[in-house]
Amino acid sequence: MSSKLIYAVYDDPDVTVKAGQTVTDAGIKVNTVYSPFPVHGIDDAIKLPRTRISVAAFLFGAMGTSFAAWMTWYMLIYDWPMNVGGKPSFSFAENFPSFVPVMFELTILLGAHGMIWTFFFISGILPGAKNKNPDPRTTDDKFIIEIDPSKQAQKEDEIIGMLKDAGAIEINRGE
Amino acid sequence: MHGESQYRVPLIRGDKTYHQITEDICAPIEGRAGKLWYLAFTVSAVAALWGVGCISYLLGTGVGVWGLNRTVNWAWDITNFVWWVGIGHAGTLISAVLLLFRQRWRMAVNRSAEAMTIFAVVCAGMFPLIHMGRLWVGYWTLPLPNQFGSLWVNFNSPLLWDVFAISTYFSVSLGFWYTGLIPDFATVRDRQVIPWMKKIYQITSFGWSGTAKQWQRFEEVSLVLAGMSTPLVLSVHTIVSFDFATSVIPGWHTTIFPPYFVAGAIFSGFAMVLTLLLIMRKVLKLEDYITVGHVESMNKIIIVTGSIVGVAYITELFVAYYSGVQYEQYAFLNRATGPLAWSYWIMMGCNVISPQVFWIKKLRTNLTFTFFMSLVVNVGMWFERFVIIVTSLHRDYLPSSWTMFYPTWVDVGVYVGTMGIFFTLFLLFSRTFPVIAMAELKSILKISGEGWKKRQQEHEHEHDHH
Repeated sequence: MSSKLIYAVYDDPDVTVKAGQTVTDAGIKVNTVYSPFPVHGIDDAIKLPRTRISVAAFLFGAMGTSFAAWMTWYMLIYDWPMNVGGKPSFSFAENFPSFVPVMFELTILLGAHGMIWTFFFISGILPGAKNKNPDPRTTDDKFIIEIDPSKQAQKEDEIIGMLKDAGAIEINRGE
Repeated sequence: MHGESQYRVPLIRGDKTYHQITEDICAPIEGRAGKLWYLAFTVSAVAALWGVGCISYLLGTGVGVWGLNRTVNWAWDITNFVWWVGIGHAGTLISAVLLLFRQRWRMAVNRSAEAMTIFAVVCAGMFPLIHMGRLWVGYWTLPLPNQFGSLWVNFNSPLLWDVFAISTYFSVSLGFWYTGLIPDFATVRDRQVIPWMKKIYQITSFGWSGTAKQWQRFEEVSLVLAGMSTPLVLSVHTIVSFDFATSVIPGWHTTIFPPYFVAGAIFSGFAMVLTLLLIMRKVLKLEDYITVGHVESMNKIIIVTGSIVGVAYITELFVAYYSGVQYEQYAFLNRATGPLAWSYWIMMGCNVISPQVFWIKKLRTNLTFTFFMSLVVNVGMWFERFVIIVTSLHRDYLPSSWTMFYPTWVDVGVYVGTMGIFFTLFLLFSRTFPVIAMAELKSILKISGEGWKKRQQEHEHEHDHH
């Protein structure tokens, strides 16, 4: 079926959340909601699963810590031990306090950048990527609920009626 | 559900709509710069060019063109480095620490404060590099495999920790700042009518669409980055203070340095934020967003951090006296009464006495006075670093090698040059970037906008049971 997507336009975040809640409660699957700023409560309203992106931050951070621990051990303990200023490099444990700052910094460095780039890649936001918001006003002051009518049990008119009753100021159609 | 106490002063003045916020914040990008902007830009660019010239002369001739000597072998270079890094700290404090504390007033100032952080760290980072005299061997500070007998960098040295701290701080701040900018660039992109400008903002906005999933991840990323940046910013100035604290110079060898440096950094950083924002809000007509309330909040942080710095100075003096170590005692006696005592008293006056006037509400809400005070604090904090560095060195253990330090025109030129670079970058930023985080501000409009608060109050009057 080649039915077009429904774009219900709202002009208030709270009305949008209520509308999203109403249609989701009726068993309609909302594709997504476009908004100019993070709308609190929309995730629950349209049953969006929680993001696990902080797991990426933890893994990258742990990678940073272990890399720094290996690097300081390899360079100053194993490969070329030096006695600098009475701080002998005989074992990693003895020299450990001096390595803490570098281990900390590399944890943050890898954790932060790893998380940022994970976010960019999985969200498809990269230099040169095309934006997918159906209406330029969604980055200004409008909120759009996107629904694919072909995938719902309800009839198109019924869905549109529900969205309008929930306060939509416009209903647009698009690919 | 929505709304905050009516006792709280609104953070956004006037009855704004979401669209009005977009209009107000995009106006400087889309409009033409005024005469004042061109004048300021010309002055800064000339200073920056002079700085580039001085640096070229320095690199071509050698660090001997600075006023350094055998006894005072560190002076304006490291003073400027610490001063600039310190200024940077306010941006991260606003964007990360205040985010964790859910302070909504940060939203109007975080974007420009973070920009300031990045530009300040750029200026700071130049000093260690040019101090090498041989810029082209700067990469020797990195732990790279090499052909010098596979000799590695020394991880026991705080100077090396600094390399890691400053580069992590710079790059993470940049990433945090840019992530926050993406949705706002998308807003600018979607309203552009000029094709080449649309193209540019198309690229810088990374194709942001603002879907619910993107926003959900965006918020999580912001929160976790804030959580990581908070210990990071504390570590940076802690490590900067280790450059001194781990040495054996009386006046430097002090365990109080890390907290004292971090407090001083935030103190000077907020002063610089105020210097910049008090001008910016006027020139870019953002008075409705950066209000007297915002300035007052920042002045309160100045009181707190300034008082911490004051207590640290006095503690340091007492401990020097109480330690019974005559070298330590002399270092402090010399600071307060020696040939460089004038710099010590400038520092004391500007940093300990003057911020205390902000206890008076009339003064901390007076914008002209705040602007004047922000300059006083900047001067005071520059002298703090000068005092710590030069007065501790110039009279060392051996009286026969006691000297004075006099800056040369190259010292001054490089310093003025970094100010030129800083202001040039900030002026360019103010005309091409959304200077206030629009998306964030819109999310608090219904909670803390003046118009919305009024309507809420009327609504509460109607329903007395509420």
